[in-house]
Amino acid sequence: MRKFKEFIVEKLILICGLFCILVVVLIFIFLLKEGLTLFKTVPLSHFLFGKNWYPISEPAQFGILPLILGSLLVTVGAAIISIPIGVGCAIYIAEVAPLKTKEILKAGIELLAAIPSVVLGFIGMITLVPWIKTIFKLPTGLTALSGSIMLAFMAMPTIVSIAEDALYSVPKSYKEGALALGATRWQTIWRVELSAASSGILAAVMLGIGRVIGETMAVMMITGNSAVIPTSILEPVRTLTATIAAEMGEAVVGSEHYFALFAIGIVLFLISFAINVTADMFLHKK
Amino acid sequence: MEKVKVEGLNAYFSNIHALKGINISIKEKKVTAIIGPSGCGKSTFIRCINRLHEVVPHAKVSGRILFDGKDIYSSAIDPIEIRRRIGMVFQRPNPFPVLSIYDNVAAGLKLNGMKRKDDLDEIVEKTLKMAALWDEVKNKLNASGVSLSGGQQQRLCIARTLAVKPEVILFDEPCSALDPISTAKIEELIFQLKENYTIIIVTHNMQQAARVSDYTSFFLLGELVEFGKTQDIFTAPKDKRTEAYITGRFG
Ligand SMILES: Nc1ncnc2c1ncn2[C@@H]1O[C@H](COP(=O)(O)OP(=O)(O)OP(=O)(O)O)[C@@H](O)[C@H]1O
Ligand SMILES: [Mg+2]
Repeated sequence: MRKFKEFIVEKLILICGLFCILVVVLIFIFLLKEGLTLFKTVPLSHFLFGKNWYPISEPAQFGILPLILGSLLVTVGAAIISIPIGVGCAIYIAEVAPLKTKEILKAGIELLAAIPSVVLGFIGMITLVPWIKTIFKLPTGLTALSGSIMLAFMAMPTIVSIAEDALYSVPKSYKEGALALGATRWQTIWRVELSAASSGILAAVMLGIGRVIGETMAVMMITGNSAVIPTSILEPVRTLTATIAAEMGEAVVGSEHYFALFAIGIVLFLISFAINVTADMFLHKK
Repeated sequence: MEKVKVEGLNAYFSNIHALKGINISIKEKKVTAIIGPSGCGKSTFIRCINRLHEVVPHAKVSGRILFDGKDIYSSAIDPIEIRRRIGMVFQRPNPFPVLSIYDNVAAGLKLNGMKRKDDLDEIVEKTLKMAALWDEVKNKLNASGVSLSGGQQQRLCIARTLAVKPEVILFDEPCSALDPISTAKIEELIFQLKENYTIIIVTHNMQQAARVSDYTSFFLLGELVEFGKTQDIFTAPKDKRTEAYITGRFG
C-alpha cells in the first residue's frame, strides 16, 4: 500500500514536470511557426534593418530597426542609471550599513520589486513625464529618457539583491586578510570584495537588464510610442515589447502584420535568452 | 625591552565576555607562544593587538595595549597604521583569490602606494625567499595565488605579511593545516624572523611552542593563567591547570 502511494506521488510529480516542459515547447513552436511565416513574403534583412515600421499602410513596411534602436536606447539608458546606483546600494547594504538600516533598506528594495509595472508607469506618467517636459523644455515629456528612468527603478531591485548576495558570500577571511595588511575600508571593498564578487555582480547586472528589455507596460505608457529612428534620448521612441502589446489587438489574424508581430516576439526571445545564458555563465563560474 | 604591553584587556562579542582582564608584556625580538584549549580566547587576544577584533559586528574592547609605549586604542591612533606595523598570518591560508602569486605579495606594498616595478620585484623576490617559497614559485609568479597547495598558500600569506615590513607579526596557528615538512619550514622561518621581528604565535602544538618560543602564556576560559619563560612553563609550571594542560590531561 505504501509502495503504491509512493508510486502515485512519484508519477504525479513526473507528469507535472513533463506538462511544464510540454507547454514551453508548444509556446516556442507556436512562436516560431507564426513568426517565421513572415519571412515567406518579407526578406529577413528588410525586417531587421528596414528603417520604416508602417504595418498598415499600402504597401506595408515591416522594418523593425527603429524598434530595436528604441529598445536599445531605453535599455542602455536604464542600465546607465541603475547599475551604479544598484551596485552602490548593494555595497552599502552588504558592507557599510548598520544592521537596522540594512534591514530597512532590504525591505524597501523588496517593496520596490513588488510594485506592478503598470503602477510604476502610471506614477511616471503623472510625475516624471511633466518634469522631463519642463526641465528640458520639450514639446512632450514622453521620451526615451522617461522610460529609462522608470525602467531603472524596475532593474534596481534585481541588481541590488543579487549583487548584495554575491558580496555577502565573499568569505570574511579575504576581507580580514586585506584589513590586516593595512588596507582601508574602501581599499578592501574595492580591491578585494568587489573583485571576488565580480562574477555575481555581472550576473546581477545582466538579470536586471533582462528584466528591463522584456518590460512592456511602463514603457508603453511613457515613451511616447513613436516608431521612428531616435536621434536623442529626449525624443519619443517605441520599443519591441510595446509594439507587440499595442498592435496585437488590431492585427488581423493570419495577416502579414500578425506574423510580423510574432517575428518581433522571436527577436525578443532571442535577446532575453542570450542575456539569461550570459548571466547564468557568470553565476556558475566559480 | 618590551614591545607590546597589555594592561587590563577585556574583549567582548556582543554579550560574550571573551577575554577577562589580561595583563602581559611581550618582549621585543622574542617569540611568545600562546597556548590553551579551543575557545579560550587565543585568536581574540591576538586580534585585539592589531585592532582586528573591532571589525566583527558588535565586538568591543576595553583596557590598554601599549605598542612602543603608546596606547593603540587611544582615539588619536589610526587602526590602519597599527595594522601596517603589526602584521598577521591567519589560521587558514587566505591569499587573495583573484590575484597572482606576485600580486598577492605586492598587495600590501601597492596599498601603501609603492608603484615602481623594480622596487616591487626586489621585495617580492626577497620576501618569497624569506618565506622559503621562492624556488617553488619563481617560474610561475603570474599563476593564481589559490592554485598553490595549502602549505604553499600559507607561506605565500607569510610573504605577503613580511613584504610590508611590520615590526610585530602575529601568527594564528599558522601550521594547523599543514604537513610536517611545511610545518618544519615555517618553524625554521620563525626562528630566523625573530632576529628582526617580535613574534606572537598561537599554537595547539605543545612541541611547537617548546621548540620555537622564548616565552609562553597559557590561556583558559578567557583568562591568562600563567606567563613566563617557555622553559619554566614546560618544566616547572606554577599553576596546577597549566601543568594539567601541558601534560595533556585536559583540553
Ligand atoms: N565572531 C564571533 N562571534 C561571537 N562569539 C565569538 C566569535 N568568535 C569567537 N567567539 C567566542 O569567543 C570565545 C573565544 O574565541 P577564540 O576564537 O578567541 O578562541 P580560540 O582560543 O582562538 O579557539 P581555537 O583554538 O579553537 O581557535 C569563544 O567562546 C567563542 O565562542
Ligand atoms: Mg583561534
